Amino acid sequence: MRILPCGDEALLVEVDTLPEVLGLAAVWRADPPAGVLEVVPAARTVLLRCDPARAPLAAVADAVRRTAPTAAGRDAEGGEDVQIPVDYAGADLAEVARRTGLGEVELVERHTALRWTVAFCGFAPGFGYLVPDGEWPSVPRRSEPRTKVPPGAVALAGEYSGVYPRESPGGWQLIGRTDLAVFDLDRDPPALLRPGVQVRFRVA
Amino acid sequence: MDRPRDLTGRALQVLAPGPLCTVQDRGRPGAAALGIGAAGAADRASFALGQRLVGNSASAAALEVTLGGLRLQARGDLLIAVTGAPAPLSVRDQAQDEAQDEAPAGARGDAPGARAAPGNAPFYLLDGQELTLGLPGRGLRSYLAVRGGIDVPPVLGSRSADVLAGIGPPRLAAGDVVPVGTDVGEGPAADVAPVPDPPDSVVELRVVPGPRDDWFAADAVETLCAAPYEVTSDSDRVGMRLQGASLARARDGELPSEGMVPGALQVPPSGQPTLFLVDGPVTGGYPVIAVVVRADVDRAAQARPGQQLRFRAVRPAALR
Repeated sequence: MRILPCGDEALLVEVDTLPEVLGLAAVWRADPPAGVLEVVPAARTVLLRCDPARAPLAAVADAVRRTAPTAAGRDAEGGEDVQIPVDYAGADLAEVARRTGLGEVELVERHTALRWTVAFCGFAPGFGYLVPDGEWPSVPRRSEPRTKVPPGAVALAGEYSGVYPRESPGGWQLIGRTDLAVFDLDRDPPALLRPGVQVRFRVA
Repeated sequence: MDRPRDLTGRALQVLAPGPLCTVQDRGRPGAAALGIGAAGAADRASFALGQRLVGNSASAAALEVTLGGLRLQARGDLLIAVTGAPAPLSVRDQAQDEAQDEAPAGARGDAPGARAAPGNAPFYLLDGQELTLGLPGRGLRSYLAVRGGIDVPPVLGSRSADVLAGIGPPRLAAGDVVPVGTDVGEGPAADVAPVPDPPDSVVELRVVPGPRDDWFAADAVETLCAAPYEVTSDSDRVGMRLQGASLARARDGELPSEGMVPGALQVPPSGQPTLFLVDGPVTGGYPVIAVVVRADVDRAAQARPGQQLRFRAVRPAALR
């Protein structure tokens, strides 16, 4: 574990694997060290936003070093799986199928057979990074991001799947589209894909 | 000063919004784990001062006015204060000569028959009176606080407009009628606040090196601090694109996306840093060489395109 400085009101904790991230984030969300206001997990890090008036950063760092992550790698929220219907006709589907050597049919079968869990969010409101519960090929980002990705685009990058909540620039490989609104301000909660939520994709 | 009168059923009618006017409050912190940024006033200190001057509660919202230009008409009697970038303030009665409506306002925003109002102090804008904010001579963002607060519906617990995420109220437009609420605390505590104007030349900003200073050449932090960086016009509430000495990488490869904070100096492969402000992304994949001390982000948010930022490295322990 490395504890890196991040200005005068935060610390960035870096570890080697995603399960370690999720284990630490679970502990700190349940029982934040004194002075910690917010816990923001990502792929290999947990950002701790702090209030130095409550506890100096040095004290937060000490508490961090003493933390034993939970054994559970996936902070499952429980409840029913979210079903995401997908029209698997994304602009990059053929290319990804070719790169992975699976072919389009096999790729879609595997994508829909796996159970995915939201590991963390970032990039945009309601954008969840989903990791699978089984074997899945790692897929590189596009070398040039698109300036416009359609809302609901289902996409791949690295070990993750994701669904773009609204139209935005994006560098992930597009394999399909869903009509399901994964982020809706009029809904409570607005974000469907929150850390711990489990997901299944299916052919629309 | 006189005790404020009971104020209800009031509003601000927007005659002209200026280059950019948004509603801001103290933001919506706490949802970064859902990818939702905190947003809020870009210069928190100036925003908070304005709210104190009109006696609002800490949760009230104000208008963030970028480069002046805002013209408003009061509906009902309003208590107002303008802080931050010192926009010349002029008030005129609606009942003045109609021909004056066609008279071009000078660069300072004065119209014939108008009188000046003070900055950094509360003043009354009575029913029907018009207030004009001219172009500030220095600084970028002014805060218009009104007693009772701007009463548009909150989104996810805040009235702040997040221009990156597209969350919160839309920017103000001519014709908008912006309701004023009742979000008050104690009465105003002072008649005027002696605050220095934003600097009009080089803005000094303290930075803490890291978290990814080790992604850069050994002398990169020194380079960052050796000469000032210019604020380019490609700047907004999300961040300020800067131009100056290139910051060379010491390693190749991609950085997995990680949490970002306001004040982060993120450096893409071009070597030219971007200074994130309050609408900056919640996570990002380019290495951050240093982070501006949070209190200094307020001052960065007042730097105009063409101004220079000079960075000075400090260690967190030295800030206590």
